[in-house]
Amino acid sequence: MSIAEQMDPIRAVRAMGRVRRRLPVSVILSVCVVAMLVFITLTAQWLMPYPIDEQNLLARYQPPVFMGGSWDHPLGTDALGHDLLTLMLRAIQVSMAIAFLGTVIGAAAGTIIGFAASRFGGWVDAAVGVLVDFQAALPFLVLALALLTVMPDADISTFIILMCIYGWERYARLARGLAIAAKEQGYAQAQVVLGASGWRLYFRHILPNIAAVLVVNMSLNFPATILTETSLNFLGVGIEPPDTSLGVLMGQGRSYLYKAPWIALMPGLVIFLATFAMSIIGDWLRDRLDVAGR
Amino acid sequence: MSRRWILNRLGRTAITLWLLMTFTFVALNISADPALQILGPEAGPEAIAMFRESWGLDRPLYEQYLLHLGRLITLDFGQSFRTSEPALAMVMERVPATLGLMIPTALLALAIGIPLGVLAAIRKNTWVDRGAMVFAVAGFAVPNFLVGILLIYCFSVRLGWLQPAGIQDWTSWIMPVLTMATAEAAVFARFARSAMAEVLGHPMMKTALANGIPWPQAVREHALPNAAIPILTVAGLFFGSLIGGGVITENVFAWPGLGRMLVDAVSARDYAIVQCIIILIGVTMILANLLVDLSYGWIDPRIRDQRQ
Repeated sequence: MSIAEQMDPIRAVRAMGRVRRRLPVSVILSVCVVAMLVFITLTAQWLMPYPIDEQNLLARYQPPVFMGGSWDHPLGTDALGHDLLTLMLRAIQVSMAIAFLGTVIGAAAGTIIGFAASRFGGWVDAAVGVLVDFQAALPFLVLALALLTVMPDADISTFIILMCIYGWERYARLARGLAIAAKEQGYAQAQVVLGASGWRLYFRHILPNIAAVLVVNMSLNFPATILTETSLNFLGVGIEPPDTSLGVLMGQGRSYLYKAPWIALMPGLVIFLATFAMSIIGDWLRDRLDVAGR
Repeated sequence: MSRRWILNRLGRTAITLWLLMTFTFVALNISADPALQILGPEAGPEAIAMFRESWGLDRPLYEQYLLHLGRLITLDFGQSFRTSEPALAMVMERVPATLGLMIPTALLALAIGIPLGVLAAIRKNTWVDRGAMVFAVAGFAVPNFLVGILLIYCFSVRLGWLQPAGIQDWTSWIMPVLTMATAEAAVFARFARSAMAEVLGHPMMKTALANGIPWPQAVREHALPNAAIPILTVAGLFFGSLIGGGVITENVFAWPGLGRMLVDAVSARDYAIVQCIIILIGVTMILANLLVDLSYGWIDPRIRDQRQ
């Protein structure tokens, strides 16, 4: 928006209209998909038509409605007669909650660690560098498998912790680099001259200035977080039934590809929609805010 | 490249290797009782006592740690508790199958991804570019296991053309390699496009054209070599994602490689095998990253000079 537009309300409204019109269709669709997933995540327990562990052994392998099934089980049933609509809603809730909480907590922890490295320098900085190096030395999936070996009875909180471990390193690197660059800028130097204490400088002044980069990176990294969680659960080393996640559901469904392909294909489609939509939103945000995606 | 930079890099490599070995020790000791963890709750007291003695678990912690490092350095990774065979031999037996999957995948991903990305950059904002980028975003967003399952569903369940599991003949490679290559090719296409677009926008290209060099020759001789440097930078990352993708793909297609062995060992809590595979992957990746770092200083004179 130009200065003239900011001064003149009519022009400002027109300018906003232009922005809205310039929103690509793909972004609008992606926002709709994500909004729907968020809605399901928040309300799944009230939407579920059956209790999660209710089985009906007389109605196993029922196909979904669009493949000729009945409305008793709109998305069909699995090998033990569980209602798939119920399982899908719960799976979306679990997978989204893990990815969201893992991303947010990991980003917060990583940012604090990155700031600490920048503020204290010296051995703190070196130690953070060594940890970052170590994490880059193993594909995260392999590291997570090693951790799952010694963490028996994995549940949702285990996976939130794993996703934090997955993400912190990216934000620590970013926050450290950006903070070191920001310290050289006029506003930060002015705060130092005015007597701002170390942490105050970082959290009150530098953080708002680099927040856009961090948020864009969170949205860019969100798809990879979903993929990591669903992959681990697909491999069958994570969350145990009766609780479920999109990965668990797919992992169970792959044994019945011949008999009931919908069990594996429906959660797969949801995972793809979620990651695809988030990728499009992330890319759009990055281009829009002109942030380099490091 | 200055000697100081190389020494610094080697020092960091050594520290990372040490951390890797320490990680396996800490990971085993986080869990309250490694003996119970590994042998399972049904193990009798004699079995536990024997296990403690053979792993040195009855000694003080620092002594255990030194013993652990000593064993790893002498390539003694212990025995699989399920088969009582040495872990290293069991793991090495699986390496050829995994490499047999990784090498064709890498070649296919490079052969699809890089030309696609370069073409998209040259024909920027045309339908070629848009198509390539939709493939790049979708290929990255689609989970490996979904591609695998869709392929099995189409070619094994529906059409009955291909075997869904294990290695029978050369056709067994088709689906696993396609599965793994989709995501890798997407990443390469994206990366090659941005690297190439940056070089094409560089004033150097304008100069070359102003000097009367024809466009195709300018692209071939000036743009491509410059775009190759950032592509090499991701080679280390590429290797890691191949291993990660391999773990999943091997499990989808019941491929007798390291990835499947790792997941089996994790499910059975066969810690010796898990540890051996992790150290093998970690050491390979640490050395690969070192080689990449050393080599692009050598390839790109600008980086070489900067470091002096």
